[in-house]
Amino acid sequence: MNEEAKIGVFVCHCGHNIAGVVDVPEVVRQAQKLDHVAVAREYIYMCSDKGRNLIRDDIKKLGINRVVVAACSPRLHEETFQGVLRESGLNPYLLQIANIREQCSWLHEQGPLVTEKARRLVTGAVKRVAYHTPAEEKSVPIFPATLVIGGGVAGIQAALEIASSKHVVYLVEKGPSIGGHMAQFDKTFPTLDCSACILTPKASEVANSPYIRLFTYSEVIDVSGFIGSFTVKVRRKPRYVHEDKCIGCGVCQEKCPWTASSEFDAGIGLRKAIYVPFPQAIPNVPVINPENCVYFLRGGKCRACERYCEPKAIDFKQEPLDIELQVGSIIVATGYDVFDPTTISQYGYGHLPNVFTSLEFERLCSPSGPTGGKLKLADGREPRSVAIVHCVGSRDHNYNEYCSRLCCMAGLKYAHLFRERTGGDVYQMYIDMRCAGKAYEEFYERVQGEGVKFVKGKVAKISSGVGPEDEDKLIVSCEDTLLGEMVRVPVDMVVLLVALEPRRDSEEIAKLLRLGRSRDGFFLERHPKLDPVATMSEGIFIAGCCQGPKDIPDTVAQASAASARVLAMIARGKVETGAITASIDEKRCSGCKICNALCPYQAISFDESLKASQVNQLLCKGCNVCAAACPSAAVTTQNFSAEQIMAEIEGVLA
Amino acid sequence: MSFEPKIVAFLCNWCSYAGADLAGTSRMKCAPNVMGIRLMCSGGLEPMYVLKAFERGADGVLVCGCNLGDCHYVDGNYKTLRRMSLLRKYLDQMGIEEPRARLQWVCASCADDFTEAVNKMTAELKQLGPLEHQGARQESLVASG
Repeated sequence: MNEEAKIGVFVCHCGHNIAGVVDVPEVVRQAQKLDHVAVAREYIYMCSDKGRNLIRDDIKKLGINRVVVAACSPRLHEETFQGVLRESGLNPYLLQIANIREQCSWLHEQGPLVTEKARRLVTGAVKRVAYHTPAEEKSVPIFPATLVIGGGVAGIQAALEIASSKHVVYLVEKGPSIGGHMAQFDKTFPTLDCSACILTPKASEVANSPYIRLFTYSEVIDVSGFIGSFTVKVRRKPRYVHEDKCIGCGVCQEKCPWTASSEFDAGIGLRKAIYVPFPQAIPNVPVINPENCVYFLRGGKCRACERYCEPKAIDFKQEPLDIELQVGSIIVATGYDVFDPTTISQYGYGHLPNVFTSLEFERLCSPSGPTGGKLKLADGREPRSVAIVHCVGSRDHNYNEYCSRLCCMAGLKYAHLFRERTGGDVYQMYIDMRCAGKAYEEFYERVQGEGVKFVKGKVAKISSGVGPEDEDKLIVSCEDTLLGEMVRVPVDMVVLLVALEPRRDSEEIAKLLRLGRSRDGFFLERHPKLDPVATMSEGIFIAGCCQGPKDIPDTVAQASAASARVLAMIARGKVETGAITASIDEKRCSGCKICNALCPYQAISFDESLKASQVNQLLCKGCNVCAAACPSAAVTTQNFSAEQIMAEIEGVLA
Repeated sequence: MSFEPKIVAFLCNWCSYAGADLAGTSRMKCAPNVMGIRLMCSGGLEPMYVLKAFERGADGVLVCGCNLGDCHYVDGNYKTLRRMSLLRKYLDQMGIEEPRARLQWVCASCADDFTEAVNKMTAELKQLGPLEHQGARQESLVASG
């Protein structure tokens, strides 16, 4: 312990947040009695200018050389108060936060035990801070290239933003083309502009940018390193078509005799075994799916595409190609998958004809879709009525508790499109209409005015009609909660507004990048309000629906925000990585090398001349695993040393 | 007055500390018997910390880390798992019963796992009584502070 320690304790009321539950004056009184405490004060908002000035003044006038702030979580304001120390000429690591809000006043019912707990936490912090030593932050250089994973609208936006600053971007897309779900949509709400028309210019900009290196039909298979210098391994799956030779003439697709269900058309259309997923695909280079191609299925037969390909771009012998990329930061924009409604068997999806998902309906409406944009039933007739069923797999404890946020607006869009194209009847079966967004409520009113019928209730069942009147109809049974009675609506077509779900492979992606996931499976942001695009992994950002369901404007905003974070680091050229690193006292080290193998970052190596292990300060992330295993107690982690933690334990139990 | 056990919780910075914070932010309520101590990684928990806590009057120690496979430091929590099972053997010899030292994975969004673990442990320790009565602290667990 530093015998010269003069500790100032500053207890925050946080308005009523802390002071309404904890007896703050009592905590201050008890703190004043502790060894080395020169002053203990309370203030209503310690993070305010006035609060921070209290600390500054005591450092300057009373010669305080250690500071304890008892307030909110260090995850919120540790940096704020470190700044106060820095401005006052004290090393920022001579600070300890006692978390008496999130983990005390907010976590417990009011009572004397809560004040007692606050006192213990403050005592722990005081005892700990006496052992704090000044530390220097290290900085690492930022390699000025960026990896963007996912080529939907989020990934496209992020790549373009970064490329506009003339820095290199690697955009990796799993599918054969960029564009994502947005490319599948016909119109976008609430403006009804054509989705492809606003997306494709951006997508071609990606293709034409000299700063963007596009890897489609590729997957990230390994990520190592840390903020500033990640090494990324990308596997380029074989297209069986050479991108540099193909001229995009489309003859191969015409000549291919084999068809399969089109992923781009959400399964309701057909494509060839060699195909470009949609007309504006980028790159405009086909892929051969070996699961559909007879050459692969029956060993070397067919070869029609190869025969007709003038530039000789077809190559059945293509192998997966692994490439290694060096990047400083990563933006994850992997999007979403849609809920599979076959699990709700009473809705009939999969066994009743004319029950569609939202994505399928988009493709039915799209001029590039299987019907050329004509709304058609399975038997080719034009539907005269449709029921749009909300919250399929959303807001349902059996499937997903959350609201998928954009289905209400999509449902209104479908209602408008259906009215416009068929003039038929539209029924919306909804739980609540949630139309929060710029010009969204207005769109809701507009569609109401177009003669769409709204039924407030959750659909119980969809069945096929019987009897002469209901023949070829679907019967939607639902409780109209406003009328308080069961209704039975015969319609020609049903559209299920299916939930947006985390990508099926989001668990693997999370493991690859060491990202957290929230309970619903979406990637977890560093702070839900104040840091929504950063993650717990430094240098890795998230944008778009991989973080949670959101519409296009929010997705684009998040992508731009993530790029701004990346560009700020590139502009500075370096980033501070904090001072929490381990070091080894070579005099105590017995040379057993146990720590060498335990270090997850290979930061520890054995120095043969010293006969002791040493820590590479730039590689060390401060986890303390080595110290916990060291039989000679030779390892000390700055700011998380054993003597500091032991002192804190003594403090909270004193 | 009824017996109020003292529990020291070691929380890893990335998951469990964030999860415990989230419990507070979401105004979930749990027993105020727990005092959280932040570590960078549960794998950085030195076994001495647990012993120190018991020596200094803790009735229970809760060790929390990220879910297996989700460790911010790749695999630190597997090291915790191994260390805690070794430590368990030592604690048995000292007469410190099983409910007094627990391992609980708490992810950054698993606030309820944290509050449930605290409430469960508090209830069990109230049943079990203070550690002093077991005579376990007759000899010092830790040679020197």
